[in-house]
Amino acid sequence: MLNRKAVPEITDAVKFQLSLPPHRKITLRNGVDVYLVNMGTVDTVMMNVIFYAGNCYESENLTAAATNFMLKNGTRSKNAYQINDFFEYYGAYLNRQAGHETAELTLHCMKKHFAELLPVVSELMTDSIFPEEELRIYIKNMQQRLQVNLRKNDFIAGRLIDTYLFGPSHPYGRYSSMEDYAALQVDGVKKFYKQYYQEGRCVIFIAGPLPDNIDTLIETNFGSLPLTGSSRPDMANADILPVHEKKYRVTNDADSVQGAIRIARNFPNRHHPDFQKMQVLNNIFGGFFGSRLMANIREEKGYTYGIHSYLTNLIQESALMISTEAGKDVTEATIGEVYLEMKRLCEEPIPADELKTSKNFMIGTLLGDLDGPFQVAGRWKSLILNGLTEDYFYRGIEIIKNIKPGELQELANKYLNAADFYELAVF
Amino acid sequence: MHIDYKKFTLSNGLRFIVHEDHTTPMAVLNVLYDVGARDEDPGKTGFAHLFEHLMFGGSVNIKDFETPLLMAGGENNAFTTNDLTNYYIQLPAENIETACWLESDRMLSLAFSEKSLDVQRKVVSEEFKEHYINRPYGDVAFKLRELAYKQHPYRWMTIGQELSHIENAKLTDVKAFFFKHYNPSNAILVMAGNINTEKALALAEKWFGVIPAGEKYIRHLPAEPKQETARRMEVKADVPLDALYKAYHVGSRTDKSYYAMDLIGELLGGGGSSRLFQSLVKEKKLFSNIECYHFGSSDPGLLLIEGKLIKGVPMTTADQAIGEELEKLGSADIEEKELTKVKNKTESAILFEDMSLMNRASNLAMYELMGDVSFMNTELEKYLEVTTREIRDLSGSIFEEKNSNSLFYYSNN
Repeated sequence: MLNRKAVPEITDAVKFQLSLPPHRKITLRNGVDVYLVNMGTVDTVMMNVIFYAGNCYESENLTAAATNFMLKNGTRSKNAYQINDFFEYYGAYLNRQAGHETAELTLHCMKKHFAELLPVVSELMTDSIFPEEELRIYIKNMQQRLQVNLRKNDFIAGRLIDTYLFGPSHPYGRYSSMEDYAALQVDGVKKFYKQYYQEGRCVIFIAGPLPDNIDTLIETNFGSLPLTGSSRPDMANADILPVHEKKYRVTNDADSVQGAIRIARNFPNRHHPDFQKMQVLNNIFGGFFGSRLMANIREEKGYTYGIHSYLTNLIQESALMISTEAGKDVTEATIGEVYLEMKRLCEEPIPADELKTSKNFMIGTLLGDLDGPFQVAGRWKSLILNGLTEDYFYRGIEIIKNIKPGELQELANKYLNAADFYELAVF
Repeated sequence: MHIDYKKFTLSNGLRFIVHEDHTTPMAVLNVLYDVGARDEDPGKTGFAHLFEHLMFGGSVNIKDFETPLLMAGGENNAFTTNDLTNYYIQLPAENIETACWLESDRMLSLAFSEKSLDVQRKVVSEEFKEHYINRPYGDVAFKLRELAYKQHPYRWMTIGQELSHIENAKLTDVKAFFFKHYNPSNAILVMAGNINTEKALALAEKWFGVIPAGEKYIRHLPAEPKQETARRMEVKADVPLDALYKAYHVGSRTDKSYYAMDLIGELLGGGGSSRLFQSLVKEKKLFSNIECYHFGSSDPGLLLIEGKLIKGVPMTTADQAIGEELEKLGSADIEEKELTKVKNKTESAILFEDMSLMNRASNLAMYELMGDVSFMNTELEKYLEVTTREIRDLSGSIFEEKNSNSLFYYSNN
């Protein structure tokens, strides 16, 4: 007779030996570092070109984002339509993304077309012309998108909390406005492009089952570009000036039925010895579906569809962020419960079985997260951009496997004090 | 890319598919139930989705679904559509039996806890508010479905027609729904990843094969009558911009016209070189964004176009401009090169989608639901067979004025 009450024998995930598949680094004639992750069974390739061209480097707000977006909007020999049509004809995806520190161009394509696509990626990096009309269309469309987003409480909350944490003038705390879009000029964009793309510095990651002539392909297409920037341009590394006042209630829409909540504190970057330990504590606190915040506030009380906490992914400094949207009538109660969960972690050691469960989950999902060439390249990217080595990856695993309840409680007492948190609800 | 699999039918009628992939350390267990929002009572909409939430509230022998799964290093989730409900677990392959144990117990029977129902009613209400009430244009999908469907249950959303339907759900409804739809006769089981077929089959027999077959649910849904005149709805709402939505009736996922229809959507709205974007956003500057999409639904579906108007552009001008683009597709053959482009895009999209073990597992189940799992490996051929002539003919019939549903969504500020 089948015993359905008893759990079948489980192999503890913490017993798995996890390894980060290696990359091979080549340095092109012009000094650009390229990291190759040659693995995978499906004939697809990803190339991620990362420039130090985030908003940390801009002098006029939104210049970095506009420059990055418009990389696809015209070169000397191709207009925006021709560029899009070229990549789409091969079923390739060319995405761009601008953040605070870096700005990226990412190509996903079928392996069989990779070689044909590279010259045009290179062309966008060196030969973009930023037509006036394209900029006007961009400004108008972004302004309209902003108008819609400004009606969303969650969007407002996301902007405001960063301003509190880092100060309104820090690149992490600055945000878009109708006026700043209107003030964008082609000259400013071209200047930024010249300094941070054409003559800037980039790092390239390529992953997938790579063609045999990959070294030659990359050298040919990118090795002679005039990328003369220093290994990492002086980051604006602006002073982080958190604001003084900690608690905020903002009314955005009188008819709203939910409040968008952010509770957050500043947190050191990945080089701080507490960072990886905090990831374990955070996992239990609000890091996944079975976390304490989810168990209490969603699964026990039904105040929200979802609540999460996480350490933000930034190079200069991180933040511990708790984020949710909760019914208007239970918004304050939700905030109260978040603090109660912090208090519990400070006052009571995490029970051994809860910690063991969480460790198994973290290792098991890490195993899944390393499954595939693009995922592996993503890990390397995070290490390399943050100035870390693979030791960091293995140290993280050791921390997950070995950390004790006492150490986590100490960490909670150091970082989970209600008084240190900014608290915001937008209705 | 050819996906290898083996298909079995267990003695209780449960269809079981195994896909071996020894390049990954992981395994996926996927269970698809042939029930979606279209199977709901019109007075109790949103139930299939609410029920999906309850599937995590404990089963007959296992009080806590989550903890053993985490102990096994696994993660899981589920989704509900108008057509189906799909559950999946991904975990290190060594622990696949834990997934079998958990998933088979909730196919056997649930705990039916009043407390769980009470909480999940609230959670789903918050989900409803977060996605559909507390955001601008949040009610559009509700209105479009009501406009386009008069008889077929696609006229309501998966989340439910209205909040009260969810708030009023009773435990007796939950039980009746479970015993009607959640049994081996109405399910498809897939195991994929670093497992071998023989062992997988033994596990399936052991945990799932012994569950009583249950009654096969036979679907009798009212067919949507052919739309004979153009429909239009106007709405004024507290939103910053005017928006325009168009919905056209198209065939089902298994209709032979599906592949050409999907390519038409891609020609019109797929990416920066697509027709609507290039003409209406870039050249004529009438919209700040425009998209074209469909849901690939099991019963005859909709091809949708939506865009936000540039401030100051009259609605009729925008509507007419869309009409002109649609008319072009129906009145002349497109260049062979443009058709090749959207076929290449499709080939690439399929390849990228199949990279993920989880996607492969759920797609195997979905193709089996469509009629035969083998369709998964013949899909691309069917796209490649589409001709410019078919694109033209099908566009002509889809974009007939009398087949259109237009929603003019005006900003009142």
